[in-house]
Amino acid sequence: MPGIKARSDWPENGVDIMRDVAIIGVKNTKFGELWECSLRDIVVEAGIGAIQDSSVSGKDIDALYIGNMSGGRFIDQEHIGALIADYSGLSRNLHVPATRVEAACASGGLALRQAIMSVASGYSDIVVAAGAEKMTDVGSDEASSALAAAADREWEGMAGATFPGLYAMIARLHMHRYGTTSEQLAEVAVKNHRNGCLNPIAQYKHAITVDDVLNSIMVADPLHIFDCSPITDGASALVLAPAEIARKYSDTPIYIKAIAQASDTIALHDRRDITTLDASVVAAKRAYSMAKLAPEDIDLVEVHDCFTIAEICAIEDLGFAEKGKGGVVTENGETAIGGRIPVNTSGGLKACGHPVGATGIKQAVEIVTQLRGDAGKRQVEGAEYGMTHNVGGSGATAVIHILSRER
Amino acid sequence: MSSVPRFWRNIGVRYNLEGTRCKECEEYFYPPRNVCVNCRRMGELEPYKFKGTGEIVSYTLIHTAAKGFEDQAPYTLAIIKLDEGPCLTSQVIGDIDKIQIGTRVKSVFRKLGEDGERGMIYYGTKFVPLDP
Ligand SMILES: [Zn+2]
Repeated sequence: MPGIKARSDWPENGVDIMRDVAIIGVKNTKFGELWECSLRDIVVEAGIGAIQDSSVSGKDIDALYIGNMSGGRFIDQEHIGALIADYSGLSRNLHVPATRVEAACASGGLALRQAIMSVASGYSDIVVAAGAEKMTDVGSDEASSALAAAADREWEGMAGATFPGLYAMIARLHMHRYGTTSEQLAEVAVKNHRNGCLNPIAQYKHAITVDDVLNSIMVADPLHIFDCSPITDGASALVLAPAEIARKYSDTPIYIKAIAQASDTIALHDRRDITTLDASVVAAKRAYSMAKLAPEDIDLVEVHDCFTIAEICAIEDLGFAEKGKGGVVTENGETAIGGRIPVNTSGGLKACGHPVGATGIKQAVEIVTQLRGDAGKRQVEGAEYGMTHNVGGSGATAVIHILSRER
Repeated sequence: MSSVPRFWRNIGVRYNLEGTRCKECEEYFYPPRNVCVNCRRMGELEPYKFKGTGEIVSYTLIHTAAKGFEDQAPYTLAIIKLDEGPCLTSQVIGDIDKIQIGTRVKSVFRKLGEDGERGMIYYGTKFVPLDP
């Protein structure tokens, strides 16, 4: 990869000093417009659900990590870690440490990464990683403005940039350079809605057609409203344990094979090439190296489809499609359930919904559900390895995990 | 528009396309950086005023405006590669049918947006196509 100095030696150096980590419990709340629920309600529901799923008890929990992008903007509440520990019953008697993690839309993935490192290092044994966002307490203009804070406010926002606008410029150049079409972008949304129909927690459980996408209102040319992920309330949680004791708590522990993270410039215009998220490329390289796996070994992946073009770039950047061929691969059905590499079986951000702080955790919950064989009608048969790919902003942060059924 | 001091602090940069250039590796930066991304501590940055010409890397017509830009919608937003090297995000004014990826543009001084609550109007740099 010219122009990228990937520290591919880094994960192997790190892996020796860590112990193996397993996921022993998972839970998503319903995703959608949850008018009747507060942030604390949904995080507690997800957290308690994950703990019940794992058979640990509150007094076993050593630490909490919570992904939350913008409680301050969405619900006028900061200090989210302490709030959630309190309402989960872990504060007044047990005094469990709680840490909120923020990396815009990658907050959840990064919370999971911090939680895994805490267990891997030996500092903690049982750790809960949660993610949540309550986005519908403010109007959609206010929500869009809060989300725009993930870009460079001074040098993108003050010029009139919006998130759909930034991804529209990625899409325009991808189309110009590689011949990607609006129909191919629409196919991403069509597939993810089809998958969302099979996921009980999804915000949208209705099928759409390519024409529905192309006839929906234009937000930022060439992206229509149906090319964009929605505004969503939701929470997800999972429980981690050292691999050597995981079977004490779960009959089907799922093992962490790789954790990887990379940064790139905050502003899209400062990137080497706007049609490639170098942070995704580098994080994927680190993850494959750490897991000693290649893209062909991965059975399914949850990618960060905040916009349809983002899924096309992601499957290219993660090595599931040749650069420029993401649209064609999608159009050919290779990313559908039953295809060569099922992408976003949960419905993705597009149809399952995108409560920004929760998304990275939800992706891991979906992969665990699939690897356990519990995914019902959307099950990917015989899945051994799954990947999650969570992006902050227009690509300034990428967080990738590889999970496995076998230790 | 969210912050008055934050905008005015950079007024020279916004009005006159003032950035920096690293004497060590000769890379140009806009907006100005105090640390060179190549040389880091070993770099030496000096002020530089950009010529204001460049070309369009990519662009979009924004229909759903950013907060403070509602009265301008739809507006054309672009990533522009300045001739000296760095890219920036800016509006391009004039007929969108006249621009494409690769279109040559030059900077002009225009109203950027406004802050309704404070009644402030912001000026700065936008771009227009250079005539062929
Ligand atoms: Zn330098």
